Amino acid sequence: MPITNGSPLLSMEGISKTFPGVKALDDVSFDLEAGEVHAIVGENGAGKSTLIKILSGVHHPDEGQIWLEGRAVRPQKPGEMLDLGVSVIYQELNLTPYLSVAENVFLGREPLRAGGLIDWKRMRQQVDELLRPFSVSIDPRDTVASLGAATQQVVEIAKALSLNAKIIVMDEPTATLTGTETERLFDIIGTLRERGVGVIYISHRLEEVDILADRVTVLRDGQRIITDRKANLTRDEIIRHMVGRETGVRYSRTESRAVGEELLRVEGLTEEGVCSDISFTLRRGEILGVSGLVGAGRTEMAQLLFGYRRRTSGRIFVHGKEMKSGGPWHAVHSGMALVPEERKRHGLVQILTVADNLTLPVLDGNTTLGFLRNSMLRNMVDRIIERIRIRTPSPRQTVRNLSGGNQQKVVLGKWFLRQSDIVIFDEPTRGIDVGAKAEIYRLMEELLEGGAGIIMISSELPEILNISDRVLVMHRGRVVKELQTAATDQAEILSYAIGGESGALERARELLGENV
Amino acid sequence: MKLVSIVAKKYGIVIGIAVVFVALSFAHPTFLTVRNLRNIVLQTSIQGVMAVGMTFVIVARGIDLSVGSGLALAGVMAAGFEHLGLSVPLIIIATLGVGAGVGLVNGLIITIGKVTPFVVTLGMMSVARGAALLRTGGHPISGFERSFRYMGAGSILNVPVPIWIFIGTVVAATLVLSQTRFGRYLYAIGGNEEATKLSGINVDFYKVLTYMISGGAAALGALILTARLNAGEPIAGRAYELDVIAAVVIGGTSLMGGRGTVIGSALGALLVGMIANGLNLMGVSAYFQLVIQGSIIVGAVLLDRLREQD
Ligand SMILES: Nc1ncnc2c1ncn2[C@@H]1O[C@H](COP(=O)(O)OP(=O)(O)OP(=O)(O)O)[C@@H](O)[C@H]1O
Ligand SMILES: [Mg+2]
Repeated sequence: MPITNGSPLLSMEGISKTFPGVKALDDVSFDLEAGEVHAIVGENGAGKSTLIKILSGVHHPDEGQIWLEGRAVRPQKPGEMLDLGVSVIYQELNLTPYLSVAENVFLGREPLRAGGLIDWKRMRQQVDELLRPFSVSIDPRDTVASLGAATQQVVEIAKALSLNAKIIVMDEPTATLTGTETERLFDIIGTLRERGVGVIYISHRLEEVDILADRVTVLRDGQRIITDRKANLTRDEIIRHMVGRETGVRYSRTESRAVGEELLRVEGLTEEGVCSDISFTLRRGEILGVSGLVGAGRTEMAQLLFGYRRRTSGRIFVHGKEMKSGGPWHAVHSGMALVPEERKRHGLVQILTVADNLTLPVLDGNTTLGFLRNSMLRNMVDRIIERIRIRTPSPRQTVRNLSGGNQQKVVLGKWFLRQSDIVIFDEPTRGIDVGAKAEIYRLMEELLEGGAGIIMISSELPEILNISDRVLVMHRGRVVKELQTAATDQAEILSYAIGGESGALERARELLGENV
Repeated sequence: MKLVSIVAKKYGIVIGIAVVFVALSFAHPTFLTVRNLRNIVLQTSIQGVMAVGMTFVIVARGIDLSVGSGLALAGVMAAGFEHLGLSVPLIIIATLGVGAGVGLVNGLIITIGKVTPFVVTLGMMSVARGAALLRTGGHPISGFERSFRYMGAGSILNVPVPIWIFIGTVVAATLVLSQTRFGRYLYAIGGNEEATKLSGINVDFYKVLTYMISGGAAALGALILTARLNAGEPIAGRAYELDVIAAVVIGGTSLMGGRGTVIGSALGALLVGMIANGLNLMGVSAYFQLVIQGSIIVGAVLLDRLREQD
């Protein structure tokens, strides 16, 4: 077990931080031993990321002290803590999009050849080595922009690992990962722990906390509610500490949804090299889950449907009428909506307010001669903020200042307001806390009751099984299988996601077995 | 400290105007006379109107370098319409149409051709100027009927008509940018074009509209100028794009898009006009004025960068 010299590896004491209108942290103390995984949990906006950013020097605390191995430190800017051995994987990806993977990993500390030129070969080899445990196929020469969100996250993790830090902080590292990669990450965390590295682990997935954490700290509304050994806490207790109330956290789906007529029919949807020959239908009142591994082409399929990518062939029928290819504008006016996977790039206008973002898709229905009906819009905004509990000091707060999960809620909220017929959710509950998750499922059901049909892409198999009626499983840009949710299980879905050949089911069981 | 920076950010332009105003009042006795002040506003009205139009473009993260040439082209066309014997209202409509048409071409090439606005409008700057010179053989076309000249030389309630036009434009544009769906869309496009597109908004359409507005505003400037000079002047409006862009940026609109107000741009134009007037009064040479004007623009962009940093 850990090698201690009396004082803990890290100790933060009495940390407070106030942003305009928000007390993000209120007298929070936190410590970390060498060789320990200390999880921080809490609802969206509880202050988790802020605590991390204070540790790394992005934010300065209004009050409080930080000790690193018994020495007081006062980080002024992010680089300093890196030098002291604290490496952070932030919730929002921090890679430079137009540099290569290798350049990103070694940014500012590239291996040099004699003569001062960058040793590209060595750099690539080292990156290959760092990436090997994840068994993802990334060419270190690819630009980061060309990778999907999950693959980018793997690069980010590899980068943090390459720094040989004493403390590694992971702020929702698995939000974009699927099962296999998550598992690799857990293996790596295990190794780190053995090496005496301290790991701070933030996640909304309590089952991960169950598996990994030695200790758990619960934050609520910027205050520390409890810190205790994981062994002393049940999952329900943790949730109770997080939300501070008893009910409303569990979602149970309404059985027997009334499925109506066909809303959407897709025939042979293809984009060369991305998706091929995708066909399916969607009916009123049903949720069609889409499962698959990272890179299976799920997001691309959604973007093709929505007209954000151009299809090379295939036909789409909405309400039985063929929808010609046109942009998202066309899709939205045919009654479609897409809640995108990448909220920062595709979902939000960061510099505008919460209210402006929420109302963007519904302005067309709420004007008189082009002038905004302000009071009506304000009502809509207030209602949705309360309904999905977006934590913001006011609707006029800039979206950029919201916590990650609350930004995701804004993206969801804007499409709940529009109430389209066909709603595509791409990883809807990513980064959302347990309580809000249930509320979002309830809102989905409301959409169904109002006559909509939902396509839900999700990397979380339990979510697919709990929420959807049917599942499409995608593999390498194709739909390889359609399953009835009631008559399937995680292993079967996963077996098709990894290719569906003979022996796949056994492998899937194995993969899941390790995980449970 | 923090308070100072917030105040400076929010009311920077007002403070700037106040400081320059006081400084110039002391620097030269004629500055602070009703006649001179009225002159400043009068002279600013043309660039002011154009800055208001430019605000739409820049808020949506575009740029329009063709406004000076557009003004010249619209001006000589107005003179041409007059010689065709069109009535004054028709001349006004047709001239505004010329300006909007220039913007339409800009906008279509930018959106459909996917060329950066800088390049497209730089090209248009040359094309429109060339067209204006071709149309007139390089000479001004003069001679307008009296009711047309009223737009440049008349006054209502002792305030010159161009100033009324300026005020009217500012009020109308403020309403549009801050109270309509169209305005809201422009801020969204400037802030994140992809996310706006994915919100089901026809981004290209609205971008084209901004260039038409900017072109139309240049034509409105042309109407005021031709009416005042009583001539369509093919070399008019040279380097106006610089004044206009400087006014917009000084007024707090971000070149990175998504931020800005019409009133800020109008005040920015006033500040630029005031400085030019002061330099004239003090007899600063025209060459040196160019140096100062250039510095103001670079300074304004630097200021914009600083603003963006937090
Ligand atoms: N730069 C900022 N300016 C203003 N408010 C901020 C800023 N950063 C965070 N906040 C506010 O501080 C609070 C805590 O945010 P924080 O990001 O720490 O939450 P979190 O626990 O990480 O939530 P999530 O689970 O959603 O990531 C939130 O209410 C957020 O709106
Ligand atoms: Mg966070």
